Amino acid sequence: MENNWEPKILAFLCNWCSYAGADLAGTSRIQYPPNIRVIRVPCSGRINPLFILKALQSGIDGVLVSGCHPGDCHYLSGNYIGRRKSATLKRFLEYIGIEEGRVQFSWVSAAEGGKFSQLVYEVTEEIKRLGPAKRFVKNRV
Amino acid sequence: MDERLKKIQEKIREKSKELLSKKRVDLIIGFSNWTLPLRTTPVFIRTPEGTESLIWNSFCENNLATYIHKFNRFRVGIVVKGCDARSLTALSLEKRFNPDGIFLIGVPCQRMVDRRKVARAVKGEIIRVEERGEELLVEGEEFKTVLEKRDFLYPSCQVCIHRTPSQAHFLADDPVEEFPLVETHPEVDVFEKKPPEERWRYFESETSRCIRCYACRQVCPMCYCTECFVECLRPKWIEGGLNPQDLQFYHIVRAYHQTGRCSGCGACERACPMDIPLTYLTQKLNQDVKELFGFEVGLDSKTPPPLSTYEVEDKGDFIK
Repeated sequence: MENNWEPKILAFLCNWCSYAGADLAGTSRIQYPPNIRVIRVPCSGRINPLFILKALQSGIDGVLVSGCHPGDCHYLSGNYIGRRKSATLKRFLEYIGIEEGRVQFSWVSAAEGGKFSQLVYEVTEEIKRLGPAKRFVKNRV
Repeated sequence: MDERLKKIQEKIREKSKELLSKKRVDLIIGFSNWTLPLRTTPVFIRTPEGTESLIWNSFCENNLATYIHKFNRFRVGIVVKGCDARSLTALSLEKRFNPDGIFLIGVPCQRMVDRRKVARAVKGEIIRVEERGEELLVEGEEFKTVLEKRDFLYPSCQVCIHRTPSQAHFLADDPVEEFPLVETHPEVDVFEKKPPEERWRYFESETSRCIRCYACRQVCPMCYCTECFVECLRPKWIEGGLNPQDLQFYHIVRAYHQTGRCSGCGACERACPMDIPLTYLTQKLNQDVKELFGFEVGLDSKTPPPLSTYEVEDKGDFIK
């Protein structure tokens, strides 16, 4: 059982960059682990911290939030706003005792299919090392 | 009664009377005596004669800024400490009231006394309390003791470095010297150094006591949403009942919503009937906001709240 465990990772990808990046990875036939479930959001600034918390509470092992590189936001400043929210939320969750690495953030542009694949490998590897989420889990999805 | 506090009390009454009789404000929000010792109650005064019931002592712990939401259509005079004034500045940035309609009667705060600590320090019921300078004279039916006020202060008051409400229109006393009694928030510093497992266990056990009375939310001046996320039905973020994970969810989000908005007055912790140490969460957020964005709540009425703005140069080293 332990050996067969595969993490469930929820990925919030911004419509304009990261989602297109994931799409590029797909059309270019670049492989990446099937552990991520993608939710497309308009912008990384759209991520309400409640989304991340609800995911963790529902037994998701890791959350990945990905948006456009700084300066590339379709809405000009969405990812900057998102960055401030992410920075404070990440620190706060680690402070109360959620493992570092459960919630991850990245910038992936529409042209970075390769980077996206690399990123999913890294994130999956890291969350595999952390093991199944136990803290804050209400019921496993 | 203590001379300084008496002088402040007189000044508050005098000024309130003047404001009401000159019709400069419609009502005064202040503190009045409560039937129990160690307690005061907020009062709302509309007539110049009523101002005689206003008081000032070391138990005026509520953050009166909370009431501005109910009276934001009136011209209001509020008795404020340093923390209350900073909450009001933060609220004015969020456009919760018209700053011209408000008159701040500022009191340079002497730091508030923790009534629970006092009650724990003596055996039996306290009947009368008197303040004498730095000392508290506590009387019960069978005892009479003198306590050092310094040992019985609220944690949030011990670290306070904004005791004088500099934004106030009128100060009831000379500004006090600003210095913390304890260097940084003691709980946060100790807590941060513990391993994550221990931190989580602490958070888990503290929040498990919560009975979801929402007193922490009600007393907080910054919690004013007409629909709070806990009552939101679509999507339903949190279910009813006392499921431990739902309690954790509530406490994470309640604290996180204060990011860059909390003045650190500690009203949430004082209101908690279950003694949950809520300020260890909000103080951490305040420290983070100061460290990351160089922002402190309520110091000026121009700088926007940190999460509603951005700098291109913000740190992003945690992002892959």
